[in-house]
Amino acid sequence: MTISIQDVEHVANLARLTFTDEEKEQFADTLSKILHYADQLQELDVADVEPTSHVLHITNVVRKDEARPWLSNEEALANAPEEEDGQFRVPAVMEG
Amino acid sequence: MSQIDASLRNIHTAIVSKEVKPSELVEDVLQRIESTEPDIHAFLQVAGEQARERAQHLDANIGDAAKLGILFGIPAALKDNMCTKGVRTTAGSKILGNYIPPYNAAVVDKLAQSGTVIVGKLNMDEFAMGSSNENSAFFPTRNPWNPEYVPGGSSGGSAAAVAAGEIPFALGSDTGGSIRQPAAFCGVVGLKPTYGLVSRFGLISYASSLDQIGPITRTVEDAAVVLQAIAGHDDRDSTSANVAIPVYLDVLTGNVKGLRVAVPKEYFGEGMDPAVSEKVREAIQQLEKLGATVDEVSLPHTKYAVAAYYLLAPAEASSNLARYDGVRYGVRVDSENLIDMYKQTRSQGFGTEVKRRIMLGTYALSSGYYDAYYLRAQKTRTLIKRDFEQVFETYDVILAPTAPTTAFKIGEKVNDPLTMYLNDICTIPVNLAGIPAISVPCGVVNGLPVGLQIIGKAFDEATVLRVAHAFEQNTDHVKRRSNMGKGE
Repeated sequence: MTISIQDVEHVANLARLTFTDEEKEQFADTLSKILHYADQLQELDVADVEPTSHVLHITNVVRKDEARPWLSNEEALANAPEEEDGQFRVPAVMEG
Repeated sequence: MSQIDASLRNIHTAIVSKEVKPSELVEDVLQRIESTEPDIHAFLQVAGEQARERAQHLDANIGDAAKLGILFGIPAALKDNMCTKGVRTTAGSKILGNYIPPYNAAVVDKLAQSGTVIVGKLNMDEFAMGSSNENSAFFPTRNPWNPEYVPGGSSGGSAAAVAAGEIPFALGSDTGGSIRQPAAFCGVVGLKPTYGLVSRFGLISYASSLDQIGPITRTVEDAAVVLQAIAGHDDRDSTSANVAIPVYLDVLTGNVKGLRVAVPKEYFGEGMDPAVSEKVREAIQQLEKLGATVDEVSLPHTKYAVAAYYLLAPAEASSNLARYDGVRYGVRVDSENLIDMYKQTRSQGFGTEVKRRIMLGTYALSSGYYDAYYLRAQKTRTLIKRDFEQVFETYDVILAPTAPTTAFKIGEKVNDPLTMYLNDICTIPVNLAGIPAISVPCGVVNGLPVGLQIIGKAFDEATVLRVAHAFEQNTDHVKRRSNMGKGE
């Protein structure tokens, strides 16, 4: 698989990253090499193999739906880059 | 010799018999760190004041030492991806350069309950992505055996600090070999427990289905002591296993008679340094002499492990690292609108390797490529897991090298990510299968240590530790320390 500059731009946007033109070229090159290496997986016959997302035989772990003490509002906001009225403040989400 | 160079059990005896106080141990450690750090750069942060305060508190409650166990009053340090309440935790990244966690990781609470004194946070590859510590956003750590060489990664700071005698033990985390490979490169003991044995609550996530915390120590006995303190079910981690935990010290009998050992031929093939293979072969013969029976076996899907890992781990990472967006914590780069703020923050906050893995993972998960890459890698994972299960139907442990080479030079592989990734070939399959493995020193080649990897069945840390201990006790490798780590 060869990754083009357009691929890099598309994936970078999905990942919320931006790159300079030089970086785009570097990423196109190294990602192509890594994916080319990964292409060896295509030679395996996995038609009847179940995927493993997780090695433990446990599913749907839930705790009782009860409130427990956790961080106070103040603690939760202590690392906030910007806060206002006990909430995280962010730049405008919508234009205008 | 200072008390801090002794085994954990001997330090404990000294504390209980009032030969030494926790506060004196902390002073010794802080002094050692001060004199050694300029050569090693293992610590991102030394929390001297907090450690002194804590040790004084323990001095005043010395009567608890016998009750609380071996770790009471013993200084330790943590890889900087484990959250420490009130102490900066960066995961080796600029994006978390100002992050002060409001809570402790589960392992931090567990160590605190056992009376351990945390003296600082150790350097690592950014978000645990790397095999050399060169991906730390702050500075590279150096190998105590030779400062021109890398300590391995991503828990390179943890391994180097223990190998340099700065600290009696450290915790690391292992996603694709990040405890075992630096332990091998630095000539110390590193144990990756079974996935689910140690709580990941408060561990900064890299690849959640693979990450596991474990000890880095000078001896196998010390590893058993530390594992005992940190293992166990935690309902704050939904992947925490609820299993009975044996008393690990009780299994260190030194006896391996009748043990069935498998040696997979794929771990001695292409890409392996012959000098490393030879040391590992000698170690296997040693265990044979001690009464184990050894057979060559095949783990036929080994060669696909690196490719599967470098799709799965980046895929999980691309999702896990979405949280670093400049909204709730970490560094924010201001911008006029929200999307641009995300992009600027992430682009300036992450290093190159982290961006590479986010890109790789996002691509593997993206529309049109999911089946060909991500799903296929998950199916390959099943095949690798089955390889191990089949061998473990007949055998108790698998022996292999921990890494294909000894430590490489700083800068040698930094511009060639694929070559760097291939250094994880011996450790990655174990993470994909979720099983435990330890690296113990088994010799020195050209002045750099070699690691023997002992791989066990899921939740059978007891056998892994027993074999490692028997090997260690019947050979002299454990006595070979880096010049820096010889103590005073």
